[in-house]
Amino acid sequence: MTPLLKVEGLSKFYGQRIGCSNISFDLYAGEVMGIVGESGSGKSTLLNCLAGHLTPDTGAVRFDTRTDGLRDTVTMSEPERRMLSRTDWAFVHQHPRDGLRMNVSAGGNVGERLMAVGSRHYGQIREAATDWLGRVEINEDRIDDRPTAFSGGMQQRLQIARNLVTGPRLVFMDEPTGGLDVSVQARLLDLLRGLVREMGLSAIIVTHDLAVVRLLADRLMVMKDGHVVETGLTDQVLDDPQHAYSQLLVSSVLQV
Amino acid sequence: MTEYNFAYLDEQTKRMIRRAILKGLAIPGYQVPFASREMPMPYGWGTGGVQVSAAVLIPDDTFKVIDQGADDTTNAVSIRRFFEKTAGVAVTEATRQATVIQTRHRIPEEALTENQILVYQVPIPEPLRFLEPSEVETRKMHSLEEYGLMHVKLYEDISKHGAIATAYAYPVKVEGRYVMDPSPIPKFDNPKLEMAAIQIFGAGREQRIYALPPYTQVVSLDFDDYPFEASKADHACDVCGAEDSYLDELIVDDKGGRLFMCSDTDFCSSRRREGHVGAQGIPYGEDAA
Repeated sequence: MTPLLKVEGLSKFYGQRIGCSNISFDLYAGEVMGIVGESGSGKSTLLNCLAGHLTPDTGAVRFDTRTDGLRDTVTMSEPERRMLSRTDWAFVHQHPRDGLRMNVSAGGNVGERLMAVGSRHYGQIREAATDWLGRVEINEDRIDDRPTAFSGGMQQRLQIARNLVTGPRLVFMDEPTGGLDVSVQARLLDLLRGLVREMGLSAIIVTHDLAVVRLLADRLMVMKDGHVVETGLTDQVLDDPQHAYSQLLVSSVLQV
Repeated sequence: MTEYNFAYLDEQTKRMIRRAILKGLAIPGYQVPFASREMPMPYGWGTGGVQVSAAVLIPDDTFKVIDQGADDTTNAVSIRRFFEKTAGVAVTEATRQATVIQTRHRIPEEALTENQILVYQVPIPEPLRFLEPSEVETRKMHSLEEYGLMHVKLYEDISKHGAIATAYAYPVKVEGRYVMDPSPIPKFDNPKLEMAAIQIFGAGREQRIYALPPYTQVVSLDFDDYPFEASKADHACDVCGAEDSYLDELIVDDKGGRLFMCSDTDFCSSRRREGHVGAQGIPYGEDAA
């Protein structure tokens, strides 16, 4: 079976400092992988390299494209990579403001990706937008409101709808629940878990919140100082951490 | 005449602008950067158009300037005088006699010919600007032909107003490649962009020149279920009776009285000379006194 994403020896340096170093892993279709680690451990650098926002210094990121099978996204041409990032990939930013167009209505935000891949029928775009707003629990009558009129949680749900409307196969999420209060977080996680299962999405979730990965991720990668220190099934890593840093991370969580 | 070089700009500057124009003609709809000069008039008064006119004018040319279709507004009169003074070219108000026409916000009603050049004054050349503030990003979008965002603007129009409410500066796609802002002409004029004359667009403050060679394919963007419509006021000209020209609406008193009139003054007056009279018009020759 071909993996959906095959990462080999990926490194990114910022001058002398290490962003992330020698990372390799396979991600299979339908799998959700969590990347955890403290601030500055290189997890966002890694995610941005995978999603094509940063160019890695060494290594390959092979994605199983629909037409040509595994292709290295680092060396493919920019138009091809940008095409992937608006069809088969999705990127959910921590701050909805980075991922949404704040001066465009909710419907326009959801419809943008459809229009970017060539949809030119207003009625159909509108219908898809309405459908997706419903799926992320945003009331249909808010379709013409701008995201500025939405709460933080709603903005985040809108960002998810905007990303998933083209039926991507791989979703990158950078701290999707950061900055939300706990009850809103819980609802968002519930929603994400439902969507991931229902659509059979693969996802890579970067977070420092262990509860998020416990709920969403099948597999876990623990990073420290740009290196992967431990990988394994989520429950295995969280319940029986082997590396000293993983143990510290797990024991740092406050038990209520 | 001896005080100025022909058409105000020095020869090196005109060469630089001509190079930009040639590049623009070679890549229809592509915005060519050029080193816009300080002109003896404020930005917003047509400094881009004036520089293009200066670069294309030759001593044998007959020059016409229109502003919103009119030959007699401040902007049109001062630019016309500027070139009368600095280039000594013949000027005219008759569309047919002009070889170079500089325009702000209109295309003349009368069809232009292959012997003519139409120069547009452009305030914002970038059609994607109000949706994507980054110039780096919009350039990339142009080079990669990522124009989905342009339809987001039209989508917003329909969701807000029930129809595509953009009435001027209506985005077009040129030869199936570049999306272009046709400058703030009413969308009524969009179908006329496919014409026999050369069209050159100059944006002075934004330092961009773009162009349409004769008979270039220009398609107004739209949705399958909301097709493009060239709209105008549903009225005939009250002065000359024309039913197919773009109209200005004038408020004539404080009791709700209004009058519709061709925005193209040359078109209107030549129709009157031919004997056409509108609903509130006076036959030609009788209004002299």
